[in-house]
Amino acid sequence: MSFDPERSNFAPTLRSRRTWARIGRWLFIAATVVALAALMMMLYNVATSTVGLVAVEYEREPSTLVEQPLEEVSKEELVALLQANISAGLFRRLEHDQPFATRSRETVYDLVIEHVVAETIVRSWPLDKSLVDRAAIEAEIAADYPTARVRFHAWLQPQFLTRSMSSNPEQAGVRTALLGSLWMVLITMLLAFPIGVGSAIYLEEYASDTLLNSILQSNINNLAGIPSIIYGMLGLAIFVRTLEPYTSGAAFGVLDGNGRTILSASLTMALLILPIIIVSAQEAIRAVPQSIRLASYGLGATRWQTTWYQVLPVAMPGILTGTILAMSRAIGETAPLIVVGASTFIVSDPTGPFSKFTVLPIQIYQWTSRPQAEFRHLAATAIVVLLVLLLTLNATAVLVRQRLGRLP
Amino acid sequence: MGVDNFPPMLVLRRRSRPGEWLIQGFLLLCALLSILTTLGIVVVLGRESWLFFGDEAVTLSEFLTSTTWQPAIGHFGVWPLLNATLMTTTIAMLVAIPLGLGVAIYLSEYAAPHVHDFLKPTLEVLAGIPTVVYGYFALTFMTPLLQNLFGRETVEIYNTASAGLVMGIMILPLIASLSEDALRAVPRSLREAAYALGATPLETSTQVVLPAALSGISAAIILGISRAIGETMIVSIAAGAGPSFTLNPFEAAETMTGHIARISGGDLSYNTIDYNSIFALGMTLFIFTFSLNLISRIIVERFREVYE
Amino acid sequence: MLIENPLMEARQVTLYYGASEALRDVTLQAAPHQITALIGPSGCGKSTMLRCFNRMNDLIPHVRLSGQILYRTHDLYHPDIDPVEVRRKIGMVFQKPNPFPKSIYENVAWGARLNGYRGNMDELVERCLRQAALWDEVQDQLRKSALALSGGQQQRLCIARTIATEPEVILMDEPCSALDPIATLRIEDLMRELKERYTIIIVTHNMQQAARVSDYTAMMMLTDDRAAGTIIEFGETQRLFTTPSDRRTEDYITGRFG
Repeated sequence: MSFDPERSNFAPTLRSRRTWARIGRWLFIAATVVALAALMMMLYNVATSTVGLVAVEYEREPSTLVEQPLEEVSKEELVALLQANISAGLFRRLEHDQPFATRSRETVYDLVIEHVVAETIVRSWPLDKSLVDRAAIEAEIAADYPTARVRFHAWLQPQFLTRSMSSNPEQAGVRTALLGSLWMVLITMLLAFPIGVGSAIYLEEYASDTLLNSILQSNINNLAGIPSIIYGMLGLAIFVRTLEPYTSGAAFGVLDGNGRTILSASLTMALLILPIIIVSAQEAIRAVPQSIRLASYGLGATRWQTTWYQVLPVAMPGILTGTILAMSRAIGETAPLIVVGASTFIVSDPTGPFSKFTVLPIQIYQWTSRPQAEFRHLAATAIVVLLVLLLTLNATAVLVRQRLGRLP
Repeated sequence: MGVDNFPPMLVLRRRSRPGEWLIQGFLLLCALLSILTTLGIVVVLGRESWLFFGDEAVTLSEFLTSTTWQPAIGHFGVWPLLNATLMTTTIAMLVAIPLGLGVAIYLSEYAAPHVHDFLKPTLEVLAGIPTVVYGYFALTFMTPLLQNLFGRETVEIYNTASAGLVMGIMILPLIASLSEDALRAVPRSLREAAYALGATPLETSTQVVLPAALSGISAAIILGISRAIGETMIVSIAAGAGPSFTLNPFEAAETMTGHIARISGGDLSYNTIDYNSIFALGMTLFIFTFSLNLISRIIVERFREVYE
Repeated sequence: MLIENPLMEARQVTLYYGASEALRDVTLQAAPHQITALIGPSGCGKSTMLRCFNRMNDLIPHVRLSGQILYRTHDLYHPDIDPVEVRRKIGMVFQKPNPFPKSIYENVAWGARLNGYRGNMDELVERCLRQAALWDEVQDQLRKSALALSGGQQQRLCIARTIATEPEVILMDEPCSALDPIATLRIEDLMRELKERYTIIIVTHNMQQAARVSDYTAMMMLTDDRAAGTIIEFGETQRLFTTPSDRRTEDYITGRFG
């Protein structure tokens, strides 16, 4: 309503302005809802692929082998089953790889499934479809694969973490990739943490030459904006190629290797996350009250003593928080490692810095790129593992900030 | 102990502290490593690019003008790859800018405090999801969705539309979060002034707050563009594996980053023209992103409104 | 004391921010074409009270108000009243000069254009800048950024901007507290001129200022339980400053109040 409509210099536009205001408000809310829905859709899309119906065909029906369900058969009986149903040559070879006496029931069971039952997944569905369209799925399978059986299969299961890579999707796991990721992150952090914190200390506590300081500072800001794949190319040219004698381990007596090792990957990744660590450590150091430094100097401490005994302990929670976030960046980064040469198919676990390696995101990339649906399920499952890992790290960062941050 | 046990001049004399110097030297080395990294990038990209353009099969003018990239028959025109990069980036920004700004304005001008305090960290966590996950989403969700909407004949399995759309979703949290920071930095007194003149919330946010935060928002958008140009995994997975010059977003086309990743991921022999060519692409990429980052920083520093 | 035909009136206004009480039972009247000053110690709710008159408190979440704010015959907190229209008729000048980061011309024209001004905009801008005693200083630089002006000039620009929407009442929230003494005097002169056309309610912590410019003064203070602000005395400025009827008012204006 208007207070003096008849004698006003102002057009009565309030009603339409109000309408626009309402439309605008709903547009902003809609943008937020759409954005969140898209991101949630992504998580849903991953989650629904980690379990679901599969159609399997057997060479030998498990029920024709033993009375009880195969899952309940003891290890000794499984070994017997294996011996009875596969060629003697294959049995000897398996025994030679690792004696059956030392194998776990789990691995023997896997061997029975692989060689005797010879289960193959002919088709698979995500969970949402499995629940909604079960009847249609069974009809489809009955028509296309009369001998196949439809059952639920959890791609996400504890063994997924402990099995190594396999070309059979049901037997495949992420142990090799997970170990590769851990090795890489460990070495990366050993390199990047001291150097990053050292740089931050220099920039905040020592650098007085303002020109040098500002060149360093703007250079660090620039580095943070360079695409990660370019770091990969730097790593390829310097660490993999030029420094090959060292990164392959040849200089240290490791013979059969090239430069595409965990060490090269870690060096590359360390350079990539260095700017993140430096910037966050700088912020943490800058937040330390000046009075603490003055008090320390007042007692006759040197610059380094002040930094080491007074400044760093106070800044540490902030530094650690930033470091953990940099660590999660390193764990999730894929592109530079492709360039540096992570192996896409590798079954042996990494044993040290000079091993060939694969990492979790590379494994996900590789599985995603395979056309068969089963590998998409594996990719989704590996994504869940990766996201849980990252979420744990993020939660740790929040905890560190809250717990340690409260100390004086 | 009496004071005169110490000759005062001796106690106060400057002492040499080799430990302190050693430490300071080490710290300086740490700081210089970042300069070394930049130099390394420039030297490596420059050297290999030099070798690439020195090859008789390659000319700079062909690189900059030709629309054919077929190393097997000696054609090295950057346009198919650059075009795909620009297409995915454009599509991504068409998604990320309106949605990101919408989210930012909602968060800073409309959302209740507890909604804001929940959504902002959520966005930041989502912004930290590895891009390979977004790539998976593009291939297994967005592409089938596009195929259902526009038909399987029109939409190829690998296409720049799907990659671009998902890249937009990936960049959205970044733009939303940085823009929201810029909007928040606009002093409350400006909003009050607008309301006191009889402005509606929409008029206040779009005509007063948004223009006042424009430098920060532009910087956020440019940073988003730079991120989109350098993004590798989404396009590697979903956009296609083979250079092709097309303006149809539903056809497969390989971007610069996608090409670098595919070529270097295979068995690559050093000192071949293939090996050198990816460094020329890397140089192109570096020049693009470096300039964008520079522009973004200049905007922030030059056009920042100073409210005392 | 009651004013006949007040233009604005607060009747038994009590205001809460969430659970905490900010104003209790405030009753106040503003006579047309007069300057009414709200004085009192900091934190006693002067600004909060002022912001009730143009519903600026609506912008703060969880504000509840009981009682009535009357403008002519309208209850401003009646559900049918649109706060946007209220704020056009009842303008506000703030403590710190807050010009928009736009040109001087745009600063004045923006609010009027927004509200659908039908006349010639150039004339309006000139008229408002003249009324705000700023025209002579800025007439050659209307396209320059308002942020380049001095603090006193900025505050006069804010006044020009406010009168461009042709309000009837102007609320001023300590308009001189960020200015130097000379700029303050200019604004005070301006207020005396403006009251010919507008009704002014001003919050000030400067008692000399209240005594110099206002016609009526309301003395605000915290209630005895120190929970909320309220008005302890209201009257003509001259009378209130010479023969205060409340002991606390006397203590405050003679400087004996902590």
